[in-house]
Amino acid sequence: MSWLLILPMLLPLSAAVLAGLTRSSPRVQGAIGVAASVGLLVVAIALMMAVWQEGILVSQMSNWPAPFGITLVADTLSAVMVLITAIVGLATVVYSLVDIDRRRVGLGYHIMLQVLLAGVCGSFLTGDLFNLYVWFEVMLIASFGLLVLGGDREQLKGGVKYVALNLVSTISFLSAVGLLYGMTGTLNMADLHGRIQEVGNPGLVAAIAVMFMVGFGIKSAVFPLFFWLPASYHTPPVAISAVFAGLLTKVGVYALIRLFTLVFSTDVGFTHEILLWVAALTMITGVLGAAAQNEIRRILSFHIISQIGYMVLGLALMSTTALAGAVFYLVHHIIVKANLFFVGGVAKRLTGSADLSQIGGLYKRAPLLGVLFLIPAFSLAGFPPLSGFWAKLFILEGSLRLEEWVAAGVVLVVGLLTIFSMTKIWGEAFWKPAPEGMVERRLTRREGWLLLGPVVVLAVMTVIIGLWVEPFWIVAERAAAQLLDPSAYVEAVLGVRP
Amino acid sequence: MEILLALLVGVLTAGSVWLMLSRSLMRFMLGLVMIGNAANLTIFSSGRLTRGHLPFIPDGAQAPLGLVANPLPQALILTAIVISFGLVAFALVLAYRAWQEVATLDTEAMPEGGPGSGEEGMK
Repeated sequence: MSWLLILPMLLPLSAAVLAGLTRSSPRVQGAIGVAASVGLLVVAIALMMAVWQEGILVSQMSNWPAPFGITLVADTLSAVMVLITAIVGLATVVYSLVDIDRRRVGLGYHIMLQVLLAGVCGSFLTGDLFNLYVWFEVMLIASFGLLVLGGDREQLKGGVKYVALNLVSTISFLSAVGLLYGMTGTLNMADLHGRIQEVGNPGLVAAIAVMFMVGFGIKSAVFPLFFWLPASYHTPPVAISAVFAGLLTKVGVYALIRLFTLVFSTDVGFTHEILLWVAALTMITGVLGAAAQNEIRRILSFHIISQIGYMVLGLALMSTTALAGAVFYLVHHIIVKANLFFVGGVAKRLTGSADLSQIGGLYKRAPLLGVLFLIPAFSLAGFPPLSGFWAKLFILEGSLRLEEWVAAGVVLVVGLLTIFSMTKIWGEAFWKPAPEGMVERRLTRREGWLLLGPVVVLAVMTVIIGLWVEPFWIVAERAAAQLLDPSAYVEAVLGVRP
Repeated sequence: MEILLALLVGVLTAGSVWLMLSRSLMRFMLGLVMIGNAANLTIFSSGRLTRGHLPFIPDGAQAPLGLVANPLPQALILTAIVISFGLVAFALVLAYRAWQEVATLDTEAMPEGGPGSGEEGMK
């Protein structure tokens, strides 16, 4: 049983080592990447099924009992996140077989991508706060490498901002871990759940909670800590932006959800009120920032920020409906956002630019690409019957039930403004006649399969989640129920009823 | 001793925040190194300070007798030092490469490029 919990990290790390040994052959590296990602997907499905049937899975590393050793835990949320990571990971590896040039593969693209996936899975599965820090760093250093891989001028300029602000976030996180340890004497999250209630110092707990909020807030790009994201996400090759856009900020959101349901749930009136306002402002600033942009990936980058707001709102409301909405939103958003970046990349490949003023006429030349853009774009904006409609509906329902009228209003208005941005990309890139002097390129057969294959699969998933929403909703609801009542989690880790 | 360390952490943090607010990338890096040390000292001092009491368990006992030094924060700091060493090394190389490209370390001189500046990424 413990293998299921360790394999999501072990598999990508071994693949990274193997890819490191075969650096001279890009073809072999690509094959290793694909094989490891398929393996990760199989393991993730097995993990999801096991968690669904048997409840929360726990594994104590080296058989050191909790809270002394490092614990790996998979509850429904963790299993869902690992599964979606595996799906996006596989899509990215396939897309990058064409998108990433030989030079970048030779520099170690596949090695760093696999390390990144290991870091992401590790962050989702660990039950120990310091271990979470370590997995965050594994993910971070891999993302640093990927972001500046190849060393283009724009990449370096974006990379400086990305690296600087993420290091600040790390320090805030690490100091908070130290203070929390000093206060409670434990770093096991399940153990912290009980210990923190015995600490008679609400002021100190609140201060530490805010330090965690800043640390994870920078990582998940919430208002007012998001400036690194639009400065860097449009600079690397498309496959790298897509995997960043899909996964990285969501690890920050996951950490927020985990900590602010399991550990810092004693003073909800204070911490979650902050989160509520942060969420509303994140949604608004993100969507307004997107309206001012004119390059596909920059528009999409700002939309990541506004969508993060929805997920944080689900956490801030702390009801079963809202939290399940947040979990549902995470899954929907990861699929849709990675897919939109993929489509943007194909559009750029066909026209030679991603600047909306310099391209056009794509609908005439590539109607299939038009349809493939419309599905995730409409889903992002929240059109029924696609996945984004349900995600927004659940969050909206959560806010209305708690009579948070302002939040509900923001949810609706931001949804409307999202349509504006999506129609802007549609109108400019697809409908407008092609401007003079635009480069026209065609995809070869191999490029077509490898670039559009992942796009089609992710688009189909968006439609499936939209049309058969019930099973997905049941999973999200169980995840939310486990988050709101952590006693099962604590019992599974520590072996005693709290 | 705790008070002394707390003051030191405060001074280090204040100094590094001042450095990190600078426009010069080099000062920012120095600030980053210093604030990392401040974080490590925070962990160290929050994990109970003792003097000259080794964390050994005597023969026949189940737990150390009396108040001993806490080895866990030191293990944590060791991990954190190794990680931050790697990160700072990377950040320094990145700053050097950025300096090679834009010929300055002034962050104001590193604005985002104009429209379509992601172009090179597609090569």
